[in-house]
Amino acid sequence: MSEPRSPPRLPDDRWRAVDSALWLAPIVGYFAFPEHRVLGSQVIITALFALSLDLILGYAGIVSLGHAAFFGLGAYTAGLLAVHGWGEPLTGLLSAGVIAAAAGYATSFLVVRGRELAQLMITLGIGLLLVEAANKAAGVTGGVEGLPDVPIWRLAGTFRFDLAGNTAYWYSLVVAFGGFVLARRLVHSPFGLSLQAIREGARRMPALGAPVGRRLVAVFTIGAGLAGIAGALLVQTTQFVGLNMLEFQRSADVLIMLALGGTGRLYGAFLGAGLFMLMKDYLARQDPIYWQFWIGLLLVSVVLFARGGILGGIDAVRGWLAARRSR
Amino acid sequence: MVAAFLTVLFDGVAYGSLLFVISVGMSVTMGLLSFINLAHGAFAMFGGYLAIGLMARWGVPFVATLPAVMIAFAAVGAVAERLLYRRVSRTRPLDQVLFTIGLAFMATALATRLWGPSQQGVVLPGMLTGQVQVLGLELGAYRLFLIAVVVAITTTLHLLVGHTRFGAQLRAAVDHPGAAAGLGIPVDHVVSISFALGSGLAALGGALGIDVLGLDPYFTFKYMVYFLLVVVVGGEGSIVGSAVAAVALGVFDVVGKYYIPQLGGFLIYGVMVILLLVFPGGLIRRRR
Repeated sequence: MSEPRSPPRLPDDRWRAVDSALWLAPIVGYFAFPEHRVLGSQVIITALFALSLDLILGYAGIVSLGHAAFFGLGAYTAGLLAVHGWGEPLTGLLSAGVIAAAAGYATSFLVVRGRELAQLMITLGIGLLLVEAANKAAGVTGGVEGLPDVPIWRLAGTFRFDLAGNTAYWYSLVVAFGGFVLARRLVHSPFGLSLQAIREGARRMPALGAPVGRRLVAVFTIGAGLAGIAGALLVQTTQFVGLNMLEFQRSADVLIMLALGGTGRLYGAFLGAGLFMLMKDYLARQDPIYWQFWIGLLLVSVVLFARGGILGGIDAVRGWLAARRSR
Repeated sequence: MVAAFLTVLFDGVAYGSLLFVISVGMSVTMGLLSFINLAHGAFAMFGGYLAIGLMARWGVPFVATLPAVMIAFAAVGAVAERLLYRRVSRTRPLDQVLFTIGLAFMATALATRLWGPSQQGVVLPGMLTGQVQVLGLELGAYRLFLIAVVVAITTTLHLLVGHTRFGAQLRAAVDHPGAAAGLGIPVDHVVSISFALGSGLAALGGALGIDVLGLDPYFTFKYMVYFLLVVVVGGEGSIVGSAVAAVALGVFDVVGKYYIPQLGGFLIYGVMVILLLVFPGGLIRRRR
């Protein structure tokens, strides 16, 4: 007689020791590398940005070549608010998230209707349109020069954003942690499972009664909002907004980070962002032009030899070990 | 007024025909394998650099560099297909995008290292410079030459695809690779040849286009959108569709930049988004 099948269950959402350990790492990093706190905060912000793409790409399977559009939208929202007299960081962050999410919602209908190539082109097109718009509206956005010296008020009325990046580091870390908890809850919910199912077989999901379009619209909106928050964080901690926050390069970079770390795994975004930023920092200092070659080579090698990125590789090794043990 | 407009229109057609030569190979591979190749423009870029190198180092005349560039990059394309592209051609679209973006980054960095970041110029032979009177219009001699070359290429391609054994195999493989393979058509072989041909044509387009499109290390990314647009609007795998889309795109872009320069890139990106929404399967639908 066969064993009674246990009913299908949601993924285990409990917080584990390994989660705590991973989140202790940036706290240790703060004290271990006091002279690199500015870089550290930028890594954390970029990781949040990569996490927002992971929801859209890693879980829902929408390939976006224009995710920087939402990052930049959030950045300009926070920057313009501050320039026009409202430099309060938390409300700035919130407004950036809302604006970016609204833009994500509006554009999601264009994105979710096509196949991969069409999705790719539409996201690319939207991104490029936004860069053009920001470039042309120089009176508002500062055009190519950007908006330097954005006046950001003290955080909670107490903590000044200092040059050493102390406030920036903690602020970014707490916000990124919040984003992570949200994303984690989301992907472990029935909603998150349905996204993965859509990724694996979008044609079959309607047969199960899942509204594919609505689910994708929802995740695209959430991802855009998180990206906007990341953009606002970068502006508030660096006091600068520029066109490069919208540009294709940033969309490509974040895609690369996610591929390096591993898509659809949440921590892949953090690992990939950290690795990419440190590598870029190191390589760009060796050779400011040629570093792109090594990034490209790395990307090509990941696709050829290590699909799934670092975390995918670790999973593969663990699976292999488990298979050996059970033999 | 009318004459000026016709001249601009003519420039647009010349520009569009270049876009066609460069992207047609990409369209065919996309149709054959649904392979998204964002690095396709790199072939065109290196084709341009090779032409300049041949002229500068060995004094090869410009017109003679064109077939040389095409043959050289057809060979490079064949090797690249065997060694690199074949290994990712049946993976997820995301992997293809990452892989080819990686290649495009490498190409950009390599070109910067080898030839510097500045624009390259080309010295055209006297015959191809200046203006020619055609039906009372002042037309650029070089652009006229360019259109003639592209018309010749398009005719050859059309005959090749429509009236040869290879063409029949290619069309079968584009329509349904599985069924074509089942009928004994060597699909892998067809893919290799088309990829090589497409790479050669792209390189030729790059060499032809130095004077029109410009040539610098950012070429691959700068024109990526245009090439993709030709493929998507023209319909993947359709040669006629690509030609129509490329010329329309060229005319639209040049006329727009000439008459409404303040719009800049808006026009083309806006049109792109709208076209994709209205014709998600391309202007000319492939029969399934």
